[in-house]
Amino acid sequence: MADIQTLNTVAAGIDPVADRMSGPQGARPRRALSRRNIFLYGTLILVAAYYLVPLYVMIVTSLKGMPEIRLGNIFSPPVEITFEPWVKAWATACTGLNCDGLSRGFWNSVQITVPSVIFSIAVASVNGYALANWRFKGADTFFTILIVGAFIPYQVMIYPIVILLREIGLYGSLWGLVIVHSIFGMPILTLLFRNYFSSVPEELFKAARVDGAGFWRIYFVIMLPMALPIFVVAIILQITGIWNDFLFGVIYTKPDTYPMTVQLNNIVNSVQGVKEYNVNMAATILTGLVPLAVYFVSGKLFVRGIAAGAVKG
Amino acid sequence: MSTSGNAQRRPSQLFRNLNAKVASIPMILTALLVFLGGTVWTIVYSFTNSKLLPRLKFVGLDQYERLWSAPRWLTSIENLLVYGVLSLIFSLVIGFVLAALLDQKIRFEGVFRTIFLYPFALSFVVTGLTWQWILNPDFGVQNIVRAMGWESFTFNPLYDQDIVIYGILIAGLWQGTGLIMCLMLAGLRGIDEDIWKAARVDGIPMWKTYLFIVIPMMRPVFITTLVIIASGIVRLYDLVVAQTSGGPGGASEVPAKYVYDYMFLAQNLGQGFAASTMMLLSVAIIVVPWAYLEFGGHKRG
Amino acid sequence: MTSVSIRDLSLKFGALEVLKSLSIDIEDGEFLVLLGPSGCGKSTLLNCIAGLLDISGGQIFIKGRNVTWEEPKDRGIGMVFQSYALYPQMTVKGNLSFGLKTAKVPKDEIARRIARAAEVLQIEPLLERKPAQLSGGQRQRVAIGRALVRDVDVFLFDEPLSNLDAKLRAELRVEIKRLHHRLKNTMIYVTHDQIEALTLADRIAIMRNGIIQQLASPYEIYNRPVNLYVAGFMGSPGMNFLEGEFAPHGAAELSFGATKVPLDRYPFVSDERPSRVIFGIRPEHVTCGPASASEPFSTEVEIEVVEPMGADTLVWAILDGKEFRFRVDGQSEMREGDRVRIGFDPARASIFDAATELRL
Repeated sequence: MADIQTLNTVAAGIDPVADRMSGPQGARPRRALSRRNIFLYGTLILVAAYYLVPLYVMIVTSLKGMPEIRLGNIFSPPVEITFEPWVKAWATACTGLNCDGLSRGFWNSVQITVPSVIFSIAVASVNGYALANWRFKGADTFFTILIVGAFIPYQVMIYPIVILLREIGLYGSLWGLVIVHSIFGMPILTLLFRNYFSSVPEELFKAARVDGAGFWRIYFVIMLPMALPIFVVAIILQITGIWNDFLFGVIYTKPDTYPMTVQLNNIVNSVQGVKEYNVNMAATILTGLVPLAVYFVSGKLFVRGIAAGAVKG
Repeated sequence: MSTSGNAQRRPSQLFRNLNAKVASIPMILTALLVFLGGTVWTIVYSFTNSKLLPRLKFVGLDQYERLWSAPRWLTSIENLLVYGVLSLIFSLVIGFVLAALLDQKIRFEGVFRTIFLYPFALSFVVTGLTWQWILNPDFGVQNIVRAMGWESFTFNPLYDQDIVIYGILIAGLWQGTGLIMCLMLAGLRGIDEDIWKAARVDGIPMWKTYLFIVIPMMRPVFITTLVIIASGIVRLYDLVVAQTSGGPGGASEVPAKYVYDYMFLAQNLGQGFAASTMMLLSVAIIVVPWAYLEFGGHKRG
Repeated sequence: MTSVSIRDLSLKFGALEVLKSLSIDIEDGEFLVLLGPSGCGKSTLLNCIAGLLDISGGQIFIKGRNVTWEEPKDRGIGMVFQSYALYPQMTVKGNLSFGLKTAKVPKDEIARRIARAAEVLQIEPLLERKPAQLSGGQRQRVAIGRALVRDVDVFLFDEPLSNLDAKLRAELRVEIKRLHHRLKNTMIYVTHDQIEALTLADRIAIMRNGIIQQLASPYEIYNRPVNLYVAGFMGSPGMNFLEGEFAPHGAAELSFGATKVPLDRYPFVSDERPSRVIFGIRPEHVTCGPASASEPFSTEVEIEVVEPMGADTLVWAILDGKEFRFRVDGQSEMREGDRVRIGFDPARASIFDAATELRL
């Protein structure tokens, strides 16, 4: 009897169990435009627009002629695009007596940045390696002073360094500035490399010592090839940091060898002559171009670099 | 078995790990000569009446008395306090909110993060000049709002002594909040997924979870961020130079600029040393308690 | 001939004394295992022998040569690490040859030694691969190979099998034993795994807090532990310990509560008869059922918990109000609450002074 009843209900397509448990079934329906999403993306887009506006204003201003700037508002796109301001900013804008544009500052900055990056990283990576793997007596004390030193305002050490550089005859020269950048880059870079090399299993280092390798051989053959990612992070950190530096450039170089940032400031904030806003903006973009390029190319590594760099305070 | 052999006498401690010591010479020199030596030197010379050249003629606290009676220094300190407090609050709030928004498993997270962070890649000089242009009263924001029909609209921070520091704050926040967002985002990502699951099962609303569970868990991140922002504030210099050159009428002066101007322009080294020593002191007030909490505590535990 | 000799070796980190005046002589071709819990100083001792840690006092001789202050590479040792410590950017061949190249060994000699090591360890097909492409077992073989090519007299193993899963560990354990039979080098092997120690060692040194507790053959250590610590450390499940005292007249009997154990068969090593002693008997030395009637001592206990473990079954019972474990065959059927008769031969027991914890 029971069997027949079951058969009947099945035949009728009525499942008593399903009947009792009616309600939502299957995947939960999703609305792309939920209130939460509108709020979330709305806020993010608004903020993103705010962050992008200055870049946009810089670009459009740099592409306008001066008459158009005087008439229109800074947000409107250029009616007539001109690259003249860019050319002028690069080649003929004046700072004081020099009228060869930002190009001079650009090449100065290149000449400052390249050796500074190489030198500071070379020194700091060996330091970090020595600290992580060859702890000798007193090493930690020096390292502590170094890290504490990272918090000391530069202003406190500026003048003693002027004296030191003057003593060794490097004040005002390119190499003087390279040394300054290496000194002030040292705490954070050393920390970066020390932490990285500390994360390399100690047994690897021990194995190399049992194999008879010494300080430099372990560094070059074992550690260096393993540390390439951290070198990239350090390079990104240093290129942006040194390129963007203003204070050391203004103190430790002469007008002839001013880095790009200092020259840019002198061009834009010079009190002589009529203000050419389009040229100023072109010059500003030009100066920001190198770190921006590094930023956009390096992406995630840049974030890693600043997260590491952030420790320096 | 004899105890003789080339290793019988203990090798001199000085020459153990010799290569490591040689390689550390730059670090040792930097630590001792520049960081330690330089700091002590500056502090010592801040008690002298050095003018064009450093001289060891001690005048006691004269330089400090002069410093604290100089209106320009007082303005600098006041500016730094206003800028500092506001910058701290806004950086933390904006940075955290942006990070929390980005942490909602949204699409295009990478794009948004790239946009929020790109100003940080720019130098303060570039930032300052850009905002100088945007805040330009004749062409910038004020002009545009007026052109839209609000004739009496006034927003002219760079030429108004009372609010010039806020103009600098706007630029500073634009440049720096991306970094704070990044640090906060890393902190948020470091929180155990299960915390969120537990809160959801318990039916705790999201804002409450953030406020009472997540933020307290992120205490170390907040403290580190705080120290980073704070020591950046004390160094505030390039931005002011580029954006306002300290104007109008010295209303946006900051301590770092005071130091530079007295050391290299006014040929009054003693004042510069005293001012920079004060800067060191203010950093010490921030950093020492932090270092104590961060590192001193562990030793006891 | 002594291969490695350690005399009064001590090591301090600041005020912390990690190794306290250790002395061991290791015979040529001997397989010595340093066994102990983590933090007992066994790895530290191995690092000192390797020269990777500077010692604070004492001497180390290898092959009759004082190497106390020699560099690791000059000591005539090869070392195998727990994490393999293979150089990640080099191929297997590169890993094997790195030390030899550093020592400026001629090329054909390097090739010859690598070929031999690869043959012994059966890693010939892997020579051109990078460590990342190898399995855990293969990596450990390469790590052993790196010690092998150095053509040294003494091999140091620092927990070489701890990172492997149980099955692989058992396999490689046998291989290391085979390797030792074939090469007949002196081997010093650090582990916290007592099975590894018992299976591999000619002699085991049990360490605790920087002091060697007992240095003896696995048989001795297992059957005649010199103190309470060694007795408790070796064996799993551990020895049963019962606190008791000698009978008032003579010492031929031990009593804990109402239970009395005859001691006429117990091989005393000491004449001391302290008032309070600890009596230890391994669970596997207890017999159960009718067979226990023939043991010099037998009693009845109530079964509390039964833990079948496949090959055998561990039974937790109550003896005189104290927990008492014994091991029975896996096939025997026992139930919680049953009362059974158990017995043991006191000759296989260990008795310790409760105060000094030393064997009596």
